[in-house]
Amino acid sequence: MVDEIKARVQQLLASGKIKGFLGLREMHGQVGPYLFTDGSDLDGLVAGDRKSPGDSRYPLNRQLMMIAGHYPKETFGVLIRGCDERGLKTLFSSNQLNPEKVVPVGIACPQELADACECMKPFPDEFVAGEPGEGRPFGTVERIESLTLDERFELWMAEFAKCIKCYGCRNICPMCYCRECTLESKDFVSIGSLPPESPIFHLTRAVHMAGRCIDCGLCNEACPAGIPVRTLYKKVADIVQQEFNLRPGYDSPNAEQSSSSVGEAARH
Amino acid sequence: MEYRTVLTTCTYCGCGCGFYLTVMDGRVVDTIPCKTNPVNEGKLCIKGWNVHEFIHSPNRLTQPLLRKNGTLTPVSWDEALDFTAARLREIKEAHGSDSVAFLASAKVTNEENYLIQKFARAAVGTNNVDHCARL
Repeated sequence: MVDEIKARVQQLLASGKIKGFLGLREMHGQVGPYLFTDGSDLDGLVAGDRKSPGDSRYPLNRQLMMIAGHYPKETFGVLIRGCDERGLKTLFSSNQLNPEKVVPVGIACPQELADACECMKPFPDEFVAGEPGEGRPFGTVERIESLTLDERFELWMAEFAKCIKCYGCRNICPMCYCRECTLESKDFVSIGSLPPESPIFHLTRAVHMAGRCIDCGLCNEACPAGIPVRTLYKKVADIVQQEFNLRPGYDSPNAEQSSSSVGEAARH
Repeated sequence: MEYRTVLTTCTYCGCGCGFYLTVMDGRVVDTIPCKTNPVNEGKLCIKGWNVHEFIHSPNRLTQPLLRKNGTLTPVSWDEALDFTAARLREIKEAHGSDSVAFLASAKVTNEENYLIQKFARAAVGTNNVDHCARL
């Protein structure tokens, strides 16, 4: 997989089409974001599957927004998976990135990762490496919906009580680009108390994910308390699709499947 | 054009979480928790997440300051240490050893922490030893 990515990046850099490629690099024994600017030096470039598929994914689009903000005239390449592509499309339409200045280099996620993510489309429209896996329905949402309302409320309140208010879910989120965040507004969130007001803190963020969350799951991975916030946002995305026929990052929601029928549709 | 991610370790507590500091044109602008670091596995606390914010703060101390006639004045290390040693001795003699406390650090070596507790107990004569992570 890495060789195909390297070949594509080398070609893009050599042709002068991009000023740099924002990808992942293994250095000093760790994997992190890296901006490659020299096509002849792609040592250490990795796809983000260090010990298990997708175990070292990063919010590259979030970093790209920062770089593009500093160098608006330059064009950059960026490594994307299916979720990152949904992010790019949404960021383009909300005017946070300029599609003419971004060259995505796509990879398809292995089935193991698609299963773990319950990803509806674990591959971008175009990709240079990997085999497209099957989409998966949101089993975690279904499991919680099988509980009674009281049981659900109890479950979420117990989860929210573990919050250490690190703001990691927001900080890692590639779709959180607001200059002013409601979660830092004194009108909504009391300063200096733990756990944060429950369930308002988490539900405020969940509501703000409506029409925005592209279901990358980085929030779950960043949570030191192991709160399954992603499940909450998956449910929010389902509601938004139902009510507004919108699913962020999908071109034509009508043609796309809802999470409950995705397993069926993806095999067609 | 400069965009770099620098792998480093959190300065706040003894956990030693790993993260990347994002450097844009010579300024540290962001913190990204390291996903592959076995200590924190891509997670951080609120202090770690904001660690980049103090780096360029104009409020950081860069040299010893001594309050002279009510005003903090830059002085040499020798002068600062002589003053501190003299005052420690005065306070100890006037109010007893337990009027003094020592704050060690979670971010220095065991040997350095050994030295400060040795200094507290043997030289000053107090068990008042604690560390920065409780601040």
